[in-house]
Amino acid sequence: MKCKEGLPVLIIRAGDAFCKDCFKAYYVHKFRAMLGKNRLVFPGEKVLLAWSGGPSSSSMIWQVQEGLSRESAKRLRFVPGIIYIDEGAVCGQSPEERAKTVVEMKLILQTIAFPYHIVSLEEVFNLPTSVLQPVSQGPRGFENTYKEAVDGFIQQQQQQQQRAPEEGGGEAVLSDEQIQEKLRQLSTQDPVGQEEVAGDSLPRPAQTTALMTLFSSVKTLTAREELLQTLRAHLILHVARVQGYTKVMLGDSCTRLAIKLMTNLALGRGAFLAWDTGFSDDRHGDVVMLRPMRDYTLKEIAFYNRMFGVPSVFTPAIDTKAPEKASIHRLMESFILRLQAQFPSTISTVYRTSEKLVKAPRNGDAAGAATARCLLCMCALDIDSTDSATAFGAQTLERLAQKLSPAPVLPTGAPGRPCCTKGTRLQPGCCRDTRPSSEREEPRASFIEQLCYSCRVNMKDVPFLEPFPPYILMESQCRSQRAWEKQEVQEFLFEESEEEALHPLGFSPQF
Amino acid sequence: MPVPRCSGPCGGVRPAALRRPRTGGAVCRSCFCNAFEAEVLSTLQTGRLLPPGAVVAVGASGGKDSTVLAHVLRALDARHGLALDLHLVAVDEGIGGYRDAALAAVRRQAGRWRLPLTVVAYADLFGGWTMDEVARRAAQEPGRARACCTFCGVLRRRALEEGAQRVGATHIVTGHNADDMAETVLMNFLRGDSGRLARGGTLGSPGEGGALPRCRPLQFASQKEIVLYAHFQELDYFSEECVYAPEAFRGHVRDLLKALEAARPSVVLDLVHSAERLALAPAARPPPPGACTRCGALSSRSLCQACALLDGLNRGRPRLAIGKGRKGLGEEGEKQSCTSKDSSGGPSRAGAIQAF
Repeated sequence: MKCKEGLPVLIIRAGDAFCKDCFKAYYVHKFRAMLGKNRLVFPGEKVLLAWSGGPSSSSMIWQVQEGLSRESAKRLRFVPGIIYIDEGAVCGQSPEERAKTVVEMKLILQTIAFPYHIVSLEEVFNLPTSVLQPVSQGPRGFENTYKEAVDGFIQQQQQQQQRAPEEGGGEAVLSDEQIQEKLRQLSTQDPVGQEEVAGDSLPRPAQTTALMTLFSSVKTLTAREELLQTLRAHLILHVARVQGYTKVMLGDSCTRLAIKLMTNLALGRGAFLAWDTGFSDDRHGDVVMLRPMRDYTLKEIAFYNRMFGVPSVFTPAIDTKAPEKASIHRLMESFILRLQAQFPSTISTVYRTSEKLVKAPRNGDAAGAATARCLLCMCALDIDSTDSATAFGAQTLERLAQKLSPAPVLPTGAPGRPCCTKGTRLQPGCCRDTRPSSEREEPRASFIEQLCYSCRVNMKDVPFLEPFPPYILMESQCRSQRAWEKQEVQEFLFEESEEEALHPLGFSPQF
Repeated sequence: MPVPRCSGPCGGVRPAALRRPRTGGAVCRSCFCNAFEAEVLSTLQTGRLLPPGAVVAVGASGGKDSTVLAHVLRALDARHGLALDLHLVAVDEGIGGYRDAALAAVRRQAGRWRLPLTVVAYADLFGGWTMDEVARRAAQEPGRARACCTFCGVLRRRALEEGAQRVGATHIVTGHNADDMAETVLMNFLRGDSGRLARGGTLGSPGEGGALPRCRPLQFASQKEIVLYAHFQELDYFSEECVYAPEAFRGHVRDLLKALEAARPSVVLDLVHSAERLALAPAARPPPPGACTRCGALSSRSLCQACALLDGLNRGRPRLAIGKGRKGLGEEGEKQSCTSKDSSGGPSRAGAIQAF
């Protein structure tokens, strides 16, 4: 026991006993250390806190609040905002229940005094296609930039202190005043901001119906869960961009991330584990998603919330009350938690292994910006059609063998039909003809082509493309059109030069 | 309910005999067997696993995987002229009531297929240690799990290598299927074995140092299809599970995989795909391999794992080479090296079959 004087009230990890104060110090220190070690949050930056109402994100917001308050030593220095996404429609809640939940949320949000945005999931139908286009960021030397930024910030503070010494009072630094001022401004702007994203009032029934149609057309709970996560990420990204936030903080805890890692393995997302479960997720370019709670186990969070009265609201999720075998997520969750009970080092082992994952293509081939991105999850595509000595290659072979026999003999080279015989290697470009045509299957085939492996597997459970929100369908069409155009002029193009490779999406052949 | 016609290349001439687990298509017996063999051939060809003229040591345990493997390799060799020289190598771990029956099956197969058979016994190779002895020793140690599978896996690979050298083989093939690969990647994450994850699970190992290149032609075939194939070809194999299997950690993962497959049939290949695409930090990779100071086999430390394990056994400390505490390895003297991590390291130690 650390301080050896207080009464121990809590045991973590079989052997560490804490008294209340030591636990608080330990908890707060972890949060600061996580932010400080990674040095990604710059002073004065606008950070959006994603709040689901659950214990982890509530604890995160509490930590940010305490960290920003004047009394704490070494104050945190960024400008926070909160976003809450109302997913009641897909979780089977009636409009009255949703309204009630929103009221509860607001009660808590008002005590926190950060600007907040309440957005309903139906807003995905209003999203622009820019959400799906990654913004490439120029290379930055992080170390130098961070240090410079912090030094610059401190200098600024000192200068302002010197310039207007009568305003400062003791500890109060003007930058803090500025931050509070900014918060006040944002708060007063908030009703306007809310109306922009139509948060306050419940969404239009037509949109709710459209959302329900989309989700009920998905056949398995696994695919539904994945779709929900995708849409949620897009929505948060959009709100962040519109409101000028450059960072988003997600409340995933160690336990949840360990489960997520194993789940994503099973979903075929092995290539993207570093982005999905690492501290920072920069796949969108301009907005970086952070996970400051990734070092806390659910047990620690639960105890902290209870001991220090952190408010949280329970909302049902899409898989609440689903049977254990209903989805891969559920199965993996119960497996890991059961295993943890038997072997207490399981979750920390998985966490440690996840820290060793790096964000790199496996063989270090194509440069990050040059490779195509998945339409839905925005990670670099991990499918290599030319390499058949892989699991994907084996599946393609099976599918071809399956497809060939019942269909009547078709002319080779017809767009969208298999044109190679069973057992031969998949030639690049033969069955992937994305020439736009009026055939019904074509949009789906080209849509699938733009997805990474795991998104493709999910799409197997989604029979129709039509219920998707318009921004996804439009972006898909746009990309296939661009690919077709490029193919048309391929023979006239020289090899892409370095500069061109950095801005693939900005380059469109003008006719 | 009428049986559907086959949807395979025979064009529906025959009624379907089964539904393929992964694709769900109904096919007749011969279309299925042809498709299965074609897929194995494709794995061999696209991965360039077995060049013509190779002398191939097939790890034969008498179980369904190695039986199907030997049968398919023989059929493909005959049909496509792959110019492979096949030898069966069986390993006798000395597990009473299990291995002797399995070996009998292997002998029958060798006789039927007229393939040369070599049997390598642990007792001969490892100074009188059989698995039953090892299990008795390991059980005396206080600790949560017996860790028999750790010993067996390491020693078996050593024995296989030895047997292959004896027949003058150039390649070793084993019957690991897609389910095995999927289980292995899950287990490696649960054990935190970043070294093995970084080594890159699939496509076997190319053979470095003195070790022979190894590959797994069945690695994309699902376990269910292997069983179906064996059923349709009426192959004679030994189907009981090892006596020590119920305590193995792999059992947990196997149950999980079965449940996952019920939720989503393609999950096995999805896991294999994930394993292929993992990107680990360079620091996590194991050091480049050298040679064991005692037996000369491929090793990334001064003692290869087999020698290290045997060392521990001989010194009355079976868990010596298992886990993080390696103090005292290769030295004389009584040093207490069981670290506290060891006692809670259940999943790391027991039932871990090495990936290649």
